[in-house]
Amino acid sequence: MLQQVFKKPQKKSVFRELLFKEIEDLGISSIGIVAFISFFVGGVVVIQTALNLESPLTPKYLIGYASRESLILEFSPTLISIILAGKVGSFITSSIGTMRVTEQIDALEVMGVNSLNHLVLPKIIANVFFYPFVIIISIALGIIGGWVAGNITGLVSSADYLLGIKSDFEPFHVTYSMIKTAVFAFVIATIPAYHGFYVKGGAIEVGKASTRAVVWTSVVIIVLNYFLTQMLLGK
Amino acid sequence: MIKITNLYKEFDGTPVLKGINATFENGKTSLVIGQSGSGKTVLLKCMLGLLSPEKGDICYDDRHYDKMTTKEKRDLRKEIGMVFQGGALFDSSTIEENIMFPLKMFTNQPYNKMLERVNFVLNRVHLENVNSKYPAELSGGMQKRVSIARAIVMNPKYLFCDEPNSGLDPKTAIVIDNLIQEITDEYNITTIINSHDMNSVMEIGEKIIFLKDGVKEWEGTSNDIFRTDNKAITDFVYSSNLFKKVREAQLKEKG
Repeated sequence: MLQQVFKKPQKKSVFRELLFKEIEDLGISSIGIVAFISFFVGGVVVIQTALNLESPLTPKYLIGYASRESLILEFSPTLISIILAGKVGSFITSSIGTMRVTEQIDALEVMGVNSLNHLVLPKIIANVFFYPFVIIISIALGIIGGWVAGNITGLVSSADYLLGIKSDFEPFHVTYSMIKTAVFAFVIATIPAYHGFYVKGGAIEVGKASTRAVVWTSVVIIVLNYFLTQMLLGK
Repeated sequence: MIKITNLYKEFDGTPVLKGINATFENGKTSLVIGQSGSGKTVLLKCMLGLLSPEKGDICYDDRHYDKMTTKEKRDLRKEIGMVFQGGALFDSSTIEENIMFPLKMFTNQPYNKMLERVNFVLNRVHLENVNSKYPAELSGGMQKRVSIARAIVMNPKYLFCDEPNSGLDPKTAIVIDNLIQEITDEYNITTIINSHDMNSVMEIGEKIIFLKDGVKEWEGTSNDIFRTDNKAITDFVYSSNLFKKVREAQLKEKG
C-alpha cells in the first residue's frame, strides 16, 4: 500500500488543491476542539498539581514548571493525538470507506488515477506538516488555561506561575514533543486510510471499519509513545 | 476492438467466469445479459482491470492487458469511459467538478477550455444549469446522464456501462439507452453494456452475449434472440409477462 501511496503525484496542480483541502478538513477544522480541550485541561493540570503540592516547603513556581512539562511532554502530543485519532481517524476511514462502497474509488482507478496516491498522500502530508502547529497551539493554550485557573482559584499567583513556566526550560523537550507529534500524525493518516480503503460491504461495514481504525490508531499511538520516549529521553 | 479469450475467474475457489470468449467490435453497442449472479459485473471488472482473472487474455486493439506495465495500464484507462451502476459520482464535488476531473488530471488545458468541454458534454446528455449542483441534488436519471458525460469527456475509445438504466423508470431508461447508442455511433466507440433489461436489448443491442452461471451460453443479435431454440435464453427472455404475450401473439400469427 505505502509503495503506491508514496509515488510521485500524477498532476501537481491537482495534488496541491487536494493538499490544501486536507489541511482545512483535517487540520484547521480540528483547531477549535483542540483549543477548547487544551485550555480546560491546562487549568485542571494546574489545579491538581497545586492540590498535590501542599507542603509549605515546596515553592509555588513548581506548579507552573510541572504543568508546562506535563503539557509539552505528554498531554499535548499524546493525548491530543488520541483525541485526533478519534475525530480525524474516523473521518478518514468513513470518507474513504464510503468512496470504496459507492464505487468512487473504482471510478478513479478506471480513469487511470492511482487512487491510493490521490486519496492518501495529501492526508499524510497535511497531517505530518500541520499537526505540529496544532500541538504548539495546544501547548500554548494549555499553559494559558493553567494561568487563568491558577488566578481564578488563587492556588498560584501569576508571578509564581510565570516563573515556573520559564524555569529550567529544556528546548529538546519541545523537539521530542514535535517528533512524537509527527510520528503520531503519520499513524493517524495511514491506519484509518488503510481501514477505509480496503473496506468491503456497505454502510454498516464502513461504521465498523471506522471503529476498528480508531481503536488500532489509539493502540499504536500508545505503544509508539512508549518506545519513542524510551529512545529519545531514556538514558 | 476488444477481444477476450478463455477468461476464467474464481472467488475463494468458486468459479464465477468459466472460460469466456468474446469479441467486441468498434462502433458497435454490445450487450452482456444474464440473470443477477451470472458473472456480468465480474466480466466487466476483469476487462477494466479492477479484478485480476486467474486465466485468459484481454486484448485492447492488439494490446494484451496482462503484458502491460502499470503505466501502460493507466494510459489505456485514459481511453476508457465507465458508467457505473450507481453512477459513482464524487459526492462531495459539484457536477462541474465531477466532469472536469479527468480533464484536470490528464490534460493541461486552461480552465476556460475545460469548462467549454464540460458544458459541451453536459449539453450532449441534455442537461443544463446543473454545473454548481451536487450529485445528491439530482434525480437518478440525471445522475446517470452526468455519469455518461464524465465517461465521454475525454473522448474515450471504449465505453463500459454497468446496468446503466437500473433503478430508472422505463421512459428515462429508454432515454439513457438511446443516448448511449447515439454517442457510440457519433464517436465510433466500442461500447459494452451490462444489462438484464430486455427493453435495452431490443432498443440498442447490436450484439448480445448471454451469460449463465459464468458460461457464455449464447451470442447473437436482437433479431436472433426471438428465433433461437436455446432454452436458457428463451427462459430468460420470456420470464417477462410482456414478452411472453409477444411470443404468444407471434406464435398465433404463424398459426
